[in-house]
Amino acid sequence: MNGATSPSRPRAAIVGSGNIGTDLMEKLLRSKVLQLEYVVGVDPESKGLKRAQEAGIKTSAGGVDWLLTQNPLPKIVFEATSAYVHIQNAPRYKAAGMRAVDLTPAALGPYVVPSVNLGEHLDRWNVNMVTCGGQATVPMVHAVSRVVPVPYAEIVATIASRSAGPGTRDNIDEFTVTTSRAIEVIGGAKRGKAIIVLNPADPPLIMRDTIFCTIPRGADREKISTSIIEMAAAVSKYVPGYRLCGQPDFDDDRVAIFVEVEGAGDFLPSYAGNLDIMTAAATQVGEGVAKHLMGGSK
Amino acid sequence: MTRYSTDLDVRITDSTLRDGSHHINHQFSVEHVRKIVTALDQAGMPVIEVCHGDGLGGSSHTYGLSGTSERLLIGAAVQAAERASIACLMLPGVGTMDDIRAVADLGVRIVRVATHCTEADIARQHFALAREIGVETVGFLMMAHSQPPEELATQARIMADAGCQCVYVTDSAGALVLEEVTDRIAALVAELGNSATVGFHGHENLALGVANSVAAYRAGAVQIDGSTCRFGAGAGNTSIEAFVAVCNKLGIRTGIDPLTMFDVAEDVVRPIMPDEPTLSRLALVMGYAGVYSSFLKHAFRAGERLGVSGSDILIRCGERKLVGGQEDQVISIAMELAEAQKARATS
Repeated sequence: MNGATSPSRPRAAIVGSGNIGTDLMEKLLRSKVLQLEYVVGVDPESKGLKRAQEAGIKTSAGGVDWLLTQNPLPKIVFEATSAYVHIQNAPRYKAAGMRAVDLTPAALGPYVVPSVNLGEHLDRWNVNMVTCGGQATVPMVHAVSRVVPVPYAEIVATIASRSAGPGTRDNIDEFTVTTSRAIEVIGGAKRGKAIIVLNPADPPLIMRDTIFCTIPRGADREKISTSIIEMAAAVSKYVPGYRLCGQPDFDDDRVAIFVEVEGAGDFLPSYAGNLDIMTAAATQVGEGVAKHLMGGSK
Repeated sequence: MTRYSTDLDVRITDSTLRDGSHHINHQFSVEHVRKIVTALDQAGMPVIEVCHGDGLGGSSHTYGLSGTSERLLIGAAVQAAERASIACLMLPGVGTMDDIRAVADLGVRIVRVATHCTEADIARQHFALAREIGVETVGFLMMAHSQPPEELATQARIMADAGCQCVYVTDSAGALVLEEVTDRIAALVAELGNSATVGFHGHENLALGVANSVAAYRAGAVQIDGSTCRFGAGAGNTSIEAFVAVCNKLGIRTGIDPLTMFDVAEDVVRPIMPDEPTLSRLALVMGYAGVYSSFLKHAFRAGERLGVSGSDILIRCGERKLVGGQEDQVISIAMELAEAQKARATS
């Protein structure tokens, strides 16, 4: 794919003009694969809609109802609202022939973590982006489980209090349950566990993630380390602020992997790596779907 | 003076089988639980807390794997207790609502939901569920030293509005000093009025557990935590047997006979305790620098394994303003210190 202004780029829409939707907009505006055509919200005063307008994108506070009256309709829609809203919107997207990339915890479609299973679900009408902690840690669980069997994996995600919105706070169980499941389904661990910690330190801390995997005694540690380093490089291709902190720590029958995720600072501040990794991964998935629709590679 | 009930001035919760879990590396057995619960129950202890040190679902590489599943331990405690209520702690983000449902089914009567003291709003769904299924609720505002009284009171209000019946000023780092306890308890009492009561959970890192608890009571707290033989994280929890004795001398009714408690401590609990929690350099550093008490064992182990100083690790934890739950970062910090040490040695 080349040519930044190729008219054949599939059109895309963002539904939701809050923090996530607006950060995603900044990333999609740079896409050479997708053409961001619409941003819709429900609040005419929303900063996100104003910012989209300034960037020359068609906007409306009329929500999905407005979007569905547009001609042409987008081929791909990014849901940046809430699980509740997405459950209502999803059938309408499908009926209108639009593929949905879901950034909410609704999880109607299969989980996608680009560095692990981007190619697997490109045919689906609906794919889900798991959670921020899932995007940051599932690749590492997979990096270990592709070398040795992992009977149990556990992750701890620490995020700055300021980057945890009301959606996360009202239903923190949703994070732990969804992330644990993705550790198993996509990460390849037999059993998964996820922990989230909010830290109010000021200045806000950058997102930190620790991944513990139980591994067989006598496992080839060098091979595991190499796989981890390769995976970190693969993730950092689409999340530039994703990096390992030190070497993997092997102790007895477990390996601990320490990761830091610094945001790109597109719309949200750079400490909000948790939100950046969601929008960066969603961009990656949207572009994958777009290429697939055009009959291209992947 | 505010009282807990017509019979008790203060209700005591023994946390030996929860906070003590840290001190025994989460290796309590069913037998330990039976012995301790039976003895405490007979001594008149109204509430006994049992679960992993980091709350329900805490068994993990991060916090330490339980030797025996906490649900087995909790079930054994419920069986052994004739009068006492069994309580469990849970931290939203670590445990889930399913854990609350499961332990309520086992017969647990009190759920204590703990958040860092600026993050009370992540506990709303857990308080609501507990109330819905008829379980008594307590809220823990952890690391209470890190926020001024007014901010704590604001957070206490969030918990009370969500269905919390008693909000605790939780001195997780054992860092509060006398009037700092009084001011925080008084602020909560003023804010909560009749909507919820107030409690205090102390640690011994600056040797103030009992004194702080008396200050808390005098400021209006009606629930106080401690552990038998100080069996707990850091330099240990407030000594229950000493606190009961002090209350007795001050005419504060706890419903527990001091001499019986001394026997429980000496004959039942001390033989189970691996060693005495001490006011060691590491524990003092925690109280002084305001570090979460259960980091102690993690710092000690990581320091030993990687050849760096435990106090340096803890001081770094304080500087980085780590909160409860970030035990993973203790290892990361130890690794950084080890790297720096290696770099110095080779340069």
